[in-house]
Amino acid sequence: MIKVILRNILRIIVLVLFQVYILNNIQISGFVNPYFYVLFIILLPFETPGWLLLSLGFVLGLSIDLFSNTPGLHASATVFMAFIRPAVLGYFAPRDGYVTGTFPRIYYYGFSWFFQYVAILILSHHFFLFYIEVFRLSDFFHTFARVILSSAFTLFLVMISQYFIYRR
Amino acid sequence: MRNLIRFILNNHFALLFILLETTALVLVFQNNNYQNTVAFNVSRNISGFINTKIHSLTQYLSLLEANKALHEENRMLRNELLSSYHIATPLLEEAGPAGEWERRYNYIPAKVIANSVNKQYNYISLDRGALHGIEPEMAVISGSGVVGIVTGVSDNFSTVLPLLNTDLRISSKLKDSGYFGSLYWDGTDPEKATLTDIPHHVTLNRGDSVVTSGFSAIFPEGIMVGTITDFEIYGGNFWAVTVRLSADFRKLNHVYVIQDLLREELLELEEAVGYD
Repeated sequence: MIKVILRNILRIIVLVLFQVYILNNIQISGFVNPYFYVLFIILLPFETPGWLLLSLGFVLGLSIDLFSNTPGLHASATVFMAFIRPAVLGYFAPRDGYVTGTFPRIYYYGFSWFFQYVAILILSHHFFLFYIEVFRLSDFFHTFARVILSSAFTLFLVMISQYFIYRR
Repeated sequence: MRNLIRFILNNHFALLFILLETTALVLVFQNNNYQNTVAFNVSRNISGFINTKIHSLTQYLSLLEANKALHEENRMLRNELLSSYHIATPLLEEAGPAGEWERRYNYIPAKVIANSVNKQYNYISLDRGALHGIEPEMAVISGSGVVGIVTGVSDNFSTVLPLLNTDLRISSKLKDSGYFGSLYWDGTDPEKATLTDIPHHVTLNRGDSVVTSGFSAIFPEGIMVGTITDFEIYGGNFWAVTVRLSADFRKLNHVYVIQDLLREELLELEEAVGYD
């Protein structure tokens, strides 16, 4: 239990710093911004209570905001993502439910389960984030393209990370 | 009462979601008033501190290019020195010695410690603040051209609303003909901005220079903004001119904050005559 908590605290710090100092400085054609830090919400244990999930989402988003001068923007998107996570998990649950002691990883539930689960969460986060950032519908398709391309890139990074860092 | 508590307990997940989401959105919309960035002084001081540390590490990578740019700028400035001129016309000699010239603009050098170009509302942070004489609404330029306007200041750091922010408009003019318009960024290409309100009868050429007009009491007149790359008619009577920005926002490093020593006087006068 303590081990899980410590591991998650370490993960949130590493992910925020990685996002702020490395990924935020990368742009591909000024169009694609990967937001890899959402991996933190994705990997939280199944048993995380709802209030903790939402609060952690808020804290995660706010710490990204502090570093990128966008108060509230990332926080609103991560809270939204944390809100729909239980519903998404419920939808993709195996017939017997999730086994205690397992975590949402490829190792336990397979590639296709993980891919679908992650894709829906990332898409919802990026949709929320980019449309709140632009906050108008006039450039709808331009923003839409940014959402899709950035989501694809984030998804790619998340899947890759599963094979390099979280093999187990 | 018991029903209320039971309702809250049963729906705590949704209620907490609404609470946190509202908090976040309130933050976002307060932030829409960009002048209020002062409210984030504390967080800026913390992130500014870390940014400075990281930046001192990464700037080694661009030292060579920064040196080259500074060298080139020094050369230009030396050419601009009064001592580089002599008075050719005898008539002007009677106008008095150079000592009677009065300084109007003061340049404060600063370093960029955080920057972005890939959002709709980009921001830049500088490592100089109120202690170094920086105030909100001062102009910021780089060696090659206009960068933006200072919006928030803490003791040691300041934030800049750069040209690459869809909220900023800068009054600019064509260097050759003097016709002026308003320049803004459309949120797509970090190298290009659009100049509007140039009347249709003006002849334009690709490569013409666009400079600041000096009408806004923020930028001095004649600071390079960019060069014309393309133009087309819109609304029947005006050109929409595409301008390639001369400042490269992707590798911004050393900038100058311009202090206008006569700004107070100018604003007072404009207020006194009810000019807006």
